[in-house]
Amino acid sequence: MSSDSAKPTTDSKPEEKPTTDSKPEEKPTTDSKPVVKKPEEKKVELPAFEKSISDKIVEKFGDKVEVAFVKKDRVGINVSRENVHDVAEFIRDGLNYDHVESVSGVDYPQDNEIAVVYHIGSYSDPSLARQLLVLSTRAQREENPIPGSDATRLPTLRDIFYSVEFHEREIFEMFGVYFEGHPDNRRLLLPEDWADIPPLRKDFAIKGR
Amino acid sequence: MTTELPTDIKSTSSEIQIDKPSSKWLPPGLALQKVDEKIMTLNVGPQHPGSGHMRLIVQIDGDYIVACDPDPGYVHRGEEKMAEYRNYITNIPHLERPVIHDSCNILYPYVLGVEELLGIEVPERAKYVRVIAAELNRCIYIMYWLAIYGIFLGHSTMFMWPTGDRELLIDLMEKMTGARVTHSHFIPGGVRNDLPANFEEVCLRQVNYFEKRIKEYAAVFYDNPILIARTQDTGVLSRQDAIRLGVTGSVLRASGIDYDVRKKEPYDVYDELDIQSIVMTEGDAYARSKIPWLDMMDSCNIIRQALQKMPKSGSVRVKLKPNPKGKGFDTVYKRVESGRGSLGCYIVSDGKPEPYRLKLSVPSFRNLIALPYLLKGEKLGNMPSVYWSLNYWPVEADR
Amino acid sequence: MLKDLLTPETANVFVGKLGDMLEKAIGKPLGYAINWGRIWSLWPVHIETACCSVEFGAASSPRYDVERFGIIEAFGSLRQCDLIVVQGTITRKMAPRLRLVYDQMPEPKYVIAMGACAITGGLYFDSYNVLPGIDGILPVDVYVPGCPPRPETLIQGCLLLQEKIKRMKARTIV
Ligand code: SF4
Repeated sequence: MSSDSAKPTTDSKPEEKPTTDSKPEEKPTTDSKPVVKKPEEKKVELPAFEKSISDKIVEKFGDKVEVAFVKKDRVGINVSRENVHDVAEFIRDGLNYDHVESVSGVDYPQDNEIAVVYHIGSYSDPSLARQLLVLSTRAQREENPIPGSDATRLPTLRDIFYSVEFHEREIFEMFGVYFEGHPDNRRLLLPEDWADIPPLRKDFAIKGR
Repeated sequence: MTTELPTDIKSTSSEIQIDKPSSKWLPPGLALQKVDEKIMTLNVGPQHPGSGHMRLIVQIDGDYIVACDPDPGYVHRGEEKMAEYRNYITNIPHLERPVIHDSCNILYPYVLGVEELLGIEVPERAKYVRVIAAELNRCIYIMYWLAIYGIFLGHSTMFMWPTGDRELLIDLMEKMTGARVTHSHFIPGGVRNDLPANFEEVCLRQVNYFEKRIKEYAAVFYDNPILIARTQDTGVLSRQDAIRLGVTGSVLRASGIDYDVRKKEPYDVYDELDIQSIVMTEGDAYARSKIPWLDMMDSCNIIRQALQKMPKSGSVRVKLKPNPKGKGFDTVYKRVESGRGSLGCYIVSDGKPEPYRLKLSVPSFRNLIALPYLLKGEKLGNMPSVYWSLNYWPVEADR
Repeated sequence: MLKDLLTPETANVFVGKLGDMLEKAIGKPLGYAINWGRIWSLWPVHIETACCSVEFGAASSPRYDVERFGIIEAFGSLRQCDLIVVQGTITRKMAPRLRLVYDQMPEPKYVIAMGACAITGGLYFDSYNVLPGIDGILPVDVYVPGCPPRPETLIQGCLLLQEKIKRMKARTIV
């Protein structure tokens, strides 16, 4: 389990970065001797296989990507919105991941950003069956959202992972993140006459709370 | 008011014009499309036994479906938003509501996730109790699903038999947890209560009888030539498409991909039990309807193994502090194999007693994407059999 | 004299009086007969709105077998139904459809609100997309509490509805 920062999320994003940046630096040291003594090193040791996946991505993209965490069976990658399309393409073609399990939006009003998190898995590669790659990117957040015509935009991953189709429609109505290039940005779950701001944003308060 | 996407009804309903290109931004069904004279648009649902709590907008040419646009959301209750206002314990009864007849399995990833956030280790006996409860629940879910599949195909016996036999297992669960369907039995740190006295015996007896019963379904349902004629080679999902669409559960295994979370990423004590995940390669509605049935027999097997291996005594829960909270900012994604497929729960915690964000990645929602593909080119009469073979529970998909 | 009285204007009065007398004489037994017919044909519309429909389905299972009372036979088109069992949560998307279904049903029609959600919103009292109870859109006859109600509770609710119909004035609803 990795704790990114001791402080709760009131930290702004620049504060989170140093702690996550420090991870890759300590990895090579632990990676060099993982086999010798297991029980003692368990606390600092990063899982080797997961580490190799994250290394491959870092190798390809350098400082465009940022490794958020490497846990057992989970690799977290943070990408800026300009590079998310390329990184996803590499994940599919270079790393054999083939479908998206879940797409979640997380609203961070204090950073003025909305994170969109893709959990990517693989059916076709048996060695990756346990693994999930957590690709997270962030879109700009607007104070007064006009879904679809403001700056809250991300490139769609539908042409890479087809399975995100309905997930991205859901994110669009729930967070107002417009996916550029998605052919079908319609409502999915909310009523047709929904006239409020997208409901899963943090500034949408449910009644009585 | 906007250029591309109207956000409120005022800008959309004021002028519904047929030829205006803007009408394509209307919600599904409200958009009046100019279509071919030969093509008819049909709204199936939400008031129709053939669609349940959702609407399918199908366009048919004669008897053949040319396009299908699912319109879910009739049971969207905002679970994820409300979870942000409730603490980790009060969320428990809430999160099982999307699938009340599979309530142990839908709680499972959440409970596992909270345990990882809190760093709790669960007692061995509790793990076994959980596995037994989860497998019983899987059977209860599949029996209900099978009953509705029967009634969808106009096979009333197949409604009566499963709903009747299902009560056996419901009795067991009632004995164990005190509730018929909404158990709220799993909690972070174990299960709520220990098993009642001589539960093992009763459970073994009932499960054996149950297995004997479901084997009889082959004669009345699965070997029935009418069923075979209606489901074989309808709605074929090829292996490549199954991977591309990211479907899960029985739909995936019917297309020839051996993927079962219980086997691939074992949680609790599933790694000590012998699980066969059943795989078929046809990918048609018949295979998709047969796999859950075979799954049930597998579940009976697992229950028997778990009853044997379970420690005979010991605690079933660790004591939690009131109002548990995670340590600082952390995220966790856990998944389990539910009755419908892999069910994930993504929790973002910021060190408060309430989750910062909670997302249920539900298999029904993931399987829904396959529906338009499977229905294209099918006969309208085959629509219910293809639709329900996707192992779809609308309440769960809408959350 | 009778001829003088029987102008076209007053004829209506006479016919009305006659009707009143007739009703006094046979209204009660007739109403009883009509109601008797109604209580044994309570067929619900097949509209499932949320998770309570699981227990609704279980009520027709062999163990509970609600059809032995001649009531909930989940069958048929809504034009032939006279009972609507609202099975749980009504969301804002479903509410207009529910009302539409209700409006299309022929008179007389009865409504059972099944589950805490249909009564007050239940667990979802503070959700942004759930109606706090259906009494705002439909006239409810019987409330069946529970989350979900056990099949026995549903059966009892239906029996209560039969009891209620027996005591209703038959003509006022027609
Ligand atoms: S009352 Fe309970 S079981 Fe019924 S619809 Fe509401 S939440 Fe579901």
